[in-house]
Amino acid sequence: MSDIVITYLSAAAAVLAALAGAFGILLAVADRFLRVPADPRREKIEEALPGANCGSCGFPGCAAYAEALAKGEAAASLCTPGGPAAAKRIADIMGLEVTGFVPKVAVVRCQGGGGVTGARFRYVGELDCRAAAATQYGQAACPYGCLGLGTCVRSCPFDAMILDAETGLPRVLEERCMACGTCAAVCPRNIIEILPKQQYVHVLCCNQDPARRVRQTCKVGCIACRACEKACPVEGKAIHVEGNLAVIDPEKCTGCGKCARACPVSAIGDFRTLRREAQKRKGEKQEAAGQKVA
Amino acid sequence: MEVGYLELAVGSILISNVVLAKFLGLCPFFGVSRRTSDAVGMGLAVIFVMSIASAATALIYRHLLLPTNLEHTNLLGVLGLPVPEGGYVLILKTISFILVIAGLVQFVEMVLKKSAPALYRALGIYLPLITTNCAVMGMALLNTEAWRDPANGLPVHLATVNGFCGGVGFLLAMLLMSGIRQRLAERRVPKALQGLPIAFISAGLMALAFMGFTKLFGIAV
Repeated sequence: MSDIVITYLSAAAAVLAALAGAFGILLAVADRFLRVPADPRREKIEEALPGANCGSCGFPGCAAYAEALAKGEAAASLCTPGGPAAAKRIADIMGLEVTGFVPKVAVVRCQGGGGVTGARFRYVGELDCRAAAATQYGQAACPYGCLGLGTCVRSCPFDAMILDAETGLPRVLEERCMACGTCAAVCPRNIIEILPKQQYVHVLCCNQDPARRVRQTCKVGCIACRACEKACPVEGKAIHVEGNLAVIDPEKCTGCGKCARACPVSAIGDFRTLRREAQKRKGEKQEAAGQKVA
Repeated sequence: MEVGYLELAVGSILISNVVLAKFLGLCPFFGVSRRTSDAVGMGLAVIFVMSIASAATALIYRHLLLPTNLEHTNLLGVLGLPVPEGGYVLILKTISFILVIAGLVQFVEMVLKKSAPALYRALGIYLPLITTNCAVMGMALLNTEAWRDPANGLPVHLATVNGFCGGVGFLLAMLLMSGIRQRLAERRVPKALQGLPIAFISAGLMALAFMGFTKLFGIAV
């Protein structure tokens, strides 16, 4: 009896081994004959990318960007999280020259949080700015300003934004921000912009209403008084009032910050000290830019 | 009596839906059903793999595992190897099916990559995911047991159709689920139930609804 069982069991093992062997040979042969030659640079590039899959390069994920790069269809400087370091690595792999990489950062162009502008009505709907914006143009008193429900904060793939408890406004943690533009895309008011880090001065207001109406709703809104224009030392003026809002010409602006000091309502923000200090801290930490984040 | 194609289709898509009646393949069912486009891609890949796997496993089952009888011969017996009275069904069924399905999916993936790059790109990321998916495995096992004839299992052509229909049933469940989840994402859900819990509850209700198909047209699975 036990002899029979052993016979059957060993036969079963032999059958299984034969099956496995057949499939192994089949796969080995298939691997030899069906191999699709892949560009070896593609894999190298993918390794050089941060792997955050944030999409700021405009491709769906790092793998797609690497493929486009290997085919020579994309510029090497598109990866924002990777920064200049990643651009350099990619350029080395592809044998290209590095083209100008401009570090950018998200800027929230509004200072009128709930505490400043107040609300026109009590909003009780979905806690999402997009839903709030669709409800009677939003609950915020300013029709251009931040709704303060933090959709941008939740959308950030790098946790680089927080909702400031004091002001009720989103704040960008610039050291973490990769300028992928996700927050700018979800904001229904379009008050978040991706701007070059070297541009230190930004107009932190988007209100296009005439001064009288701005005064009624917001204490820190641009009232188009042209004080900034007068203060600007640049020849031909780097800041202009267009419509009812001051606009900075990034080409001309030197980031001196005189307009920010001249503004009677403090609607212009000067990020010079903030970013310089951040730069210094970064230098101290000797952080390797563009290391793998995911 | 041989089973009809229509009977198989109704039985496998509605009555004993892989996901909602057999509760197989719940992992991709919840994992990939957040967006309709992903759900469709996954569903198509499952249809594809399930059909091929069903055909291959039915061949193995009939000609390697079952003992020789009127309907089919055991090739091992022909080769002179000892075949137990009940065949190798008990010992080898599950393990040989795992082997066959995994090997086959790998092979098909290679073939697709070489000969149909467009199809490979569409299914490519889902194929490795379902190599060892329990829905595929379960369908292969069900082919051997269900439909009134456990002694023989479904013949190869019917098993293939059954695998295809099982895949269609999976796609149907995925589509329904992704639609529900996309709507759920916009609704206010109590905090404790957000995410997967509410998805599980929805799936349970869907399964209850699918129980209404039992004995549809008098078909017994």
